[in-house]
Amino acid sequence: MDLERQLLNGDEAVALAALHAGVALGTGYPGTPSTEILEYLDYLGGRAQWSPNEKVALEVGLGVAFAGGRALVTMKHVGLNVAADPLFTATYTDVDGGLVIVSADDPGMASSQNEQDNRHYARAAVAPMLEPRDSQEAYDHTLAAFEISERWKIPVILRLTTRICHSKTLVTPRRHVPPPPAPGFRRDVPARVMIPAYAKPAHHRLRAKMAEIAAWNEANGFNRILPGSRELGIVGSGIAAVHALEAAPDASHLTIGMTWPLPLETIRQFAASVDRVLVIEEGDPILFESLRAAGIPAEGKPEMYRFGELNVPRVRRILAGDTSPEAPPPKGKPPELCQGCSHRDVFEVLRDMDCIVSGDIGCYTLGVLPPFSAMDTCVCMGASIGVGLGMRHTLPPDEARRVVSVIGDSTFVHSGITGLAEMVYNPPETGHVVVILDNGTTAMTGQQENPGTGRSLNHDPTGKIDFEALGRAMGIQNVHSLNRFTDGHLLEELLKTLLEKPETSLVVVRQPCVLAAPKIRFYEKAALEKMSHACAAMPAD
Amino acid sequence: MSDRVINIVLGGLGGQGVLTASDILADAAFRAGFDVKKSELHGMSQRGGSVSSDVRYGPRVLSPMVPAGEADFLLVLEPTQVEVNRPVLKPGGVLITTDVIPEGTLKNKKSLNVAMLGALSALLDIPESAWLDAIHARLAAKLHRLNDEAFANGRNAARRTFLPLSQRGIEGDLATPNPITAVKSPPAPL
Ligand SMILES: Cc1ncc(C[n+]2csc(CCOP(=O)(O)OP(=O)(O)O)c2C)c(N)n1
Ligand code: SF4
Repeated sequence: MDLERQLLNGDEAVALAALHAGVALGTGYPGTPSTEILEYLDYLGGRAQWSPNEKVALEVGLGVAFAGGRALVTMKHVGLNVAADPLFTATYTDVDGGLVIVSADDPGMASSQNEQDNRHYARAAVAPMLEPRDSQEAYDHTLAAFEISERWKIPVILRLTTRICHSKTLVTPRRHVPPPPAPGFRRDVPARVMIPAYAKPAHHRLRAKMAEIAAWNEANGFNRILPGSRELGIVGSGIAAVHALEAAPDASHLTIGMTWPLPLETIRQFAASVDRVLVIEEGDPILFESLRAAGIPAEGKPEMYRFGELNVPRVRRILAGDTSPEAPPPKGKPPELCQGCSHRDVFEVLRDMDCIVSGDIGCYTLGVLPPFSAMDTCVCMGASIGVGLGMRHTLPPDEARRVVSVIGDSTFVHSGITGLAEMVYNPPETGHVVVILDNGTTAMTGQQENPGTGRSLNHDPTGKIDFEALGRAMGIQNVHSLNRFTDGHLLEELLKTLLEKPETSLVVVRQPCVLAAPKIRFYEKAALEKMSHACAAMPAD
Repeated sequence: MSDRVINIVLGGLGGQGVLTASDILADAAFRAGFDVKKSELHGMSQRGGSVSSDVRYGPRVLSPMVPAGEADFLLVLEPTQVEVNRPVLKPGGVLITTDVIPEGTLKNKKSLNVAMLGALSALLDIPESAWLDAIHARLAAKLHRLNDEAFANGRNAARRTFLPLSQRGIEGDLATPNPITAVKSPPAPL
């Protein structure tokens, strides 16, 4: 075990703690800023896998925990929307091994489609939530989360934010970590089969667990009080609390480590020790509203600070009650599709054909920007297909025939397959065309493998989904694939033909992402070599 | 040793090695015994957009982000990114641009980031050995020689142009005028 003090970002610290906790499996779906957690866990020698999406990842993690192993499940904030269905009932169940769910939020939307505040989920799904302030706490809270999860047999959410995930700070690992439980099956039907007869008492048990955890949080939680002047007491959590420490060095500070269930008595006492209580929090006024609901006379931030990240200057403004307009941040150079990116010509064709493009999320979303300006909608992963079908159902036929859904390979596996089912089941009168941009990687988040690449997280070969075969098996009428290198020039003709047909069509355009291509060649070669070694070692018959 | 927090911002475009450079800087400060925090926004950085990273070190660092207008040093790897980043500098803060590297002296443009760190290193109270260890820890062995040379190149060039921190009279007073803050015509694209 590497117990030296080291400089780690929050993601790496979580991975190190998970390794030290002896996790049986880390699972998740890539998403900035959470992606590095599983990659680092794998790098450290832990067992980590990418799932097709966050819902599946959480379900696999829950199974690990039911089987008595420790599970780490990672995702970005919007991933928890996808995993919300299992989450809201997993909290009713009893886990044996610790189950820690990492939600990496992105206030300010450095790389996301929204800035939802996942602290709401802790309250809504009834799960304890820990919020580290730096990498040391990311490490410590991860270990604590496993302990809490096992003690109360409950999934625990570790909420990180972009600045925690992607800031490096010093971490001293712990020397003694309780060993993982021995895996094994324990039948416990009332605690794991959520039919109403069992779920009703389970809900009561869950609320009782939370009451106990709240009491634990008052006595042993990671609440830090830094006494200062009586005039002002600041209550905060996560990175916002750190900015507050710097912005108001003379004030008294209470930083809350477990933000759900809240240590309300601790907060009440702190509030009584100062003349004025101010809540400094990023995002929605969740802490503020909870304190007010508990009758603690707290002040919150002006509405304008709900938007975007906080930082030291913004916290200073909040302290000064400054609501004057903020200078817009200097505009940097926006990202663009790489030169040679395979997505480029597809968007040129779609632009030139004046298609109505129902888009999706990935590198290819940059097709919305000039010189392509060839994307008309983008909402969440997989939405391209459903939204495209909805438009087809509704637009006048000559407009409907221009609608194309465009989706990346990783996104297709994540949540596009059910869209194809919808297309086959409820085909629009004009038909529909779905284009999968298969660049052989999950490029957007830093080139992760996915079930369409045929390689697992550590790039070893594994099962591979054949998109064309899948499309045919699902009953799509026209299934085509194009290698953009050799047949790229045929794309326009093909799309024209398909758009005229009142039929369902799937077109897979293939060319590796130019940034990933050298690595993909390397992995393919390594796999071949491995195979030939294995063949050589096989006894001749 | 600095008794206050030193704030450094590194800027450039995706693919230039801004984040690698800030990793090395943070690690060098750590090896020199300081508390250190480093922050960055990536995500879209691979696709050639603006990238910046903050490094703060000193006896105790709180926020990992350098507050706007409080950077002691701003290191910019790409001339077009100077103006975008300039607001982070405090009055009298030091701007280091690619002009500090004498034209035609860099063997491989990929080591520009490390050459620029060399220039920065001449102004900071971090021992050279900590820098070299950090460079070697971050980069593959086959790149060490090239980058050691680039580092020395930048360090020597900056020594000719700037006065190091320890020789500026009051420690931490960075208001000494320096010729590099004036950005000349941009050098050839990188
Ligand atoms: C629910 C959810 N999970 C994760 C993400 C982060 N994310 C955005 S796009 C994407 C995948 C992109 O891969 P792909 O579809 O293959 O397109 P590429 O970037 O390779 O062009 C991911 C993981 C997200 N936006 N939403
Ligand atoms: S990283 Fe790959 S997919 Fe993304 S823009 Fe560059 S070449 Fe295209």
